[in-house]
Amino acid sequence: MQPSKRLLAAFTLTALAGGAQAADEVVVYSSRIDELIKPVFDAYTAKTGVPIKFITDKEAPLIARLKAEGANTPADMLITVDAGNLWQAEQAGVLQPFKSATIDANIPSQYRSSTDSWTGLSLRARTIFYSTERVKPSELSTYEALADKNWEGRLCLRTSKKVYNQSLTATLIETHGEAKTEEIIKGWVNNLATDVFADDTALLQAIDAGQCDVGITNTYYYGRLHKANPDLKVKPFWPNQQDRGVHVNLAGAGITKNAPHAEAAKKLLEWMTTEEAQALFAGLNQEFPANPKVPASEEVQAWGTFKADAIPVEVAGKRQAQAIMLMDRAGWN
Amino acid sequence: MAHLAQRRWYPIVFVVALLVLLPLTVMLFSWHEVDREIWSHLWQTQMPRLIGNTVILVAGVSVGVTLLGVSLAWLTSLCEFPGRRWLDWALMLPFAIPAYVLAFVFVGLLDFSGPVQTLLREWFGAGVRFPSVRSTAGVISVLVLVFYPYVYLLARNAFLAQGKGLMEAARVLGHNPWQAFWRVALPMARPAIGAGLALAIMETLADFGAVSVFNFDTFTTAIYKTWYGFYSLSSATQLASLLLLVVMLVLYGERRARGAVRPANERPRGKALYQLRGFKALAASGWCLLVFACAFVIPMLQLLVWFWQRGRFDLDERYTALILHTLYLGCLAAVLTVSIALLLAFARRMTPTRLMRSTVSLANTGYALPGSMLAVAIMLAFSYLDNQLVIPLSTLLGGAGKPLLLGSLAALLLAYLIRFMAVAYGPLENSLARIRPSLPEASRSLGVGGVRLFFRVYLPLLLPGALSAALLVFVDVLKEMPATLLMRPFGWDTLAVRIFEMTSEGEWARAALPALTLVAVGLLPVIGLIRRSAQTRG
Repeated sequence: MQPSKRLLAAFTLTALAGGAQAADEVVVYSSRIDELIKPVFDAYTAKTGVPIKFITDKEAPLIARLKAEGANTPADMLITVDAGNLWQAEQAGVLQPFKSATIDANIPSQYRSSTDSWTGLSLRARTIFYSTERVKPSELSTYEALADKNWEGRLCLRTSKKVYNQSLTATLIETHGEAKTEEIIKGWVNNLATDVFADDTALLQAIDAGQCDVGITNTYYYGRLHKANPDLKVKPFWPNQQDRGVHVNLAGAGITKNAPHAEAAKKLLEWMTTEEAQALFAGLNQEFPANPKVPASEEVQAWGTFKADAIPVEVAGKRQAQAIMLMDRAGWN
Repeated sequence: MAHLAQRRWYPIVFVVALLVLLPLTVMLFSWHEVDREIWSHLWQTQMPRLIGNTVILVAGVSVGVTLLGVSLAWLTSLCEFPGRRWLDWALMLPFAIPAYVLAFVFVGLLDFSGPVQTLLREWFGAGVRFPSVRSTAGVISVLVLVFYPYVYLLARNAFLAQGKGLMEAARVLGHNPWQAFWRVALPMARPAIGAGLALAIMETLADFGAVSVFNFDTFTTAIYKTWYGFYSLSSATQLASLLLLVVMLVLYGERRARGAVRPANERPRGKALYQLRGFKALAASGWCLLVFACAFVIPMLQLLVWFWQRGRFDLDERYTALILHTLYLGCLAAVLTVSIALLLAFARRMTPTRLMRSTVSLANTGYALPGSMLAVAIMLAFSYLDNQLVIPLSTLLGGAGKPLLLGSLAALLLAYLIRFMAVAYGPLENSLARIRPSLPEASRSLGVGGVRLFFRVYLPLLLPGALSAALLVFVDVLKEMPATLLMRPFGWDTLAVRIFEMTSEGEWARAALPALTLVAVGLLPVIGLIRRSAQTRG
């Protein structure tokens, strides 16, 4: 046998049998993509020597996998990119509560689970973006006002199947109740300039190209697009500054219920909330650090400061199903 | 009743069918509890529209792939016109492009903010409006362009195999080429066209990636909405099992329609039957070129532009590992799936009982399920086996008592096997059917039997079909996304995984690099596939 073949065979054998686990590694299931977490993990490994293994997928399959694996799961930590999904993971019983003075001190309570099952790590605002050519900022005020008649044929939205819109609607329901929210959503749908988009980036490009004048997207999509194209004729607007503030969502993490290395995972999670890790974690994706002591990157700071909605983000999970049904009834596809 | 010698095939086939049955059983078990709130919500607000959309989509794609596939196959296999020699295999290349890639390329290219409409607005003024690409017609066109190769490949093989005798007879009897096509060639190629069409329909029903780029809601959308939004895996599984029922009906219909027509096995033709000249030759070249340009050249150019703008900055040494993982998974899965499919095909030939027929058909149903649904059902089945079988057994034997299946390469390969069995089985069954029973009988009378009979008679004759099957599975595994995402072992990222990570963030331009690499890796086997089958015609 040639050495390369032997290596391949050994490779196959270990992989076929699943492979053994090292003593104090940490295994992560993540719906945050490779390039937004690997640099953070690499920094931790370089600092502590603890190796980190991870796979990426969407939240629902990862939670289903954790549930199926039960007590035999290799995973210690679950990272998701929406508070609603973290709440769902908690409900599915795949997370365990942790008590950590470090995390309590670093992350404000509205960005953590009320049962200490997960914590937010970075924040993104889902805010209004407008065309600098066709809209004056003074015409804009609140999310609710986008349902007014004067925006007819000028609004762009992403599909209601995306969890970010479900979370936004969930907080609207929490604030206004179901009937009023349905009225607002129907107003939005009525004002649509074109069919809803499959992703936020396409939506921002549509505003830039002149297909619509305003839209609602996450801030980091704008950040990426703006970085690639500084001449973008689109800007963020911070709505509801006179009342509850801008809708904020988060990427966060929890420790799995049957984590083989729960202690090591907790140490990693604590480190991820420290100033050292926060700038890196949020900076990779042009987000706001969840730790208020850490300033956002310069690019992000250039968008200006705003008042964020102080509503506990786990509302997004509690009202997710209600929000989807409401959006379906209102005809938001 | 089966003979004793025939019955020895039963255990093997039952084991394979059982493997496929595992995830199906998981799906059936989901019915033990029905969430009335979700169901009534879906029926009241979603289902009529989604079912309507799905019916329109399937109808549109069926008509489209049949028109494209059959017309192109007829032209390249029976006629001679400028460019035929290379268009013959080039028209198969779109098979290497995953549906989700073609979808985001076309939406990116043709949507309002895309380069085409931007340019047109510059020429004709900002006020002009064009029909939206994100429409029913748009999504049907894209799916037709990615799925027509199924019909093209199978119809082309059928036309080539019809031999010169028949068509010349038709000519002698006074049929012009049109009449010969309608009265002789088409009816004889019907089983092959039906098989290709069935594959295209199953792909359409199972597709989620392409339709979600268009935000075109189909029945599959309801499945995902129920799972990802309502977090009701059981309701999602119930919906998926309904979809499976429809697919079984499609498959049954295809088998029935195929009827008693047997694949022909005549002397291959030496040269083209119809030498096209003048306007006809021009039209033939133009039609083939148009399809090739839309399905392959234009998308490739757009991917190259995106690669140059954004993707090239992502190119690093990790791509070596991504390509190797992709190739390695494709090869292993192809060998495994073809071997098992060969067993099934043999079993069905040797033991033509009703029980065997239905068991084999059952083993072929995995192809039609939405990938994620099948992946999660397989995952649930494997974790059940791990917990109930592997761990107690390993503890009993003094082992570590650790799960072996889930998260292992073996589990992923089994998932591919279940999903792509139908793809491998079709070509194998076809080439096996062409071996007349008299041939092995003659060999036996000459004293060649058992294993030697297989290696000296069957294998050489089956090799072309087996190779086609292996290449089809290989390319399908390259493109496969949901099962790979959910079940890959740690560190086993593939090109499809990288595409997922980029498109899930709406970064289409950056997805161009892994997409281009994926197409490049898939091109060679696709060219091999078509060149090999072209050898029958000198």
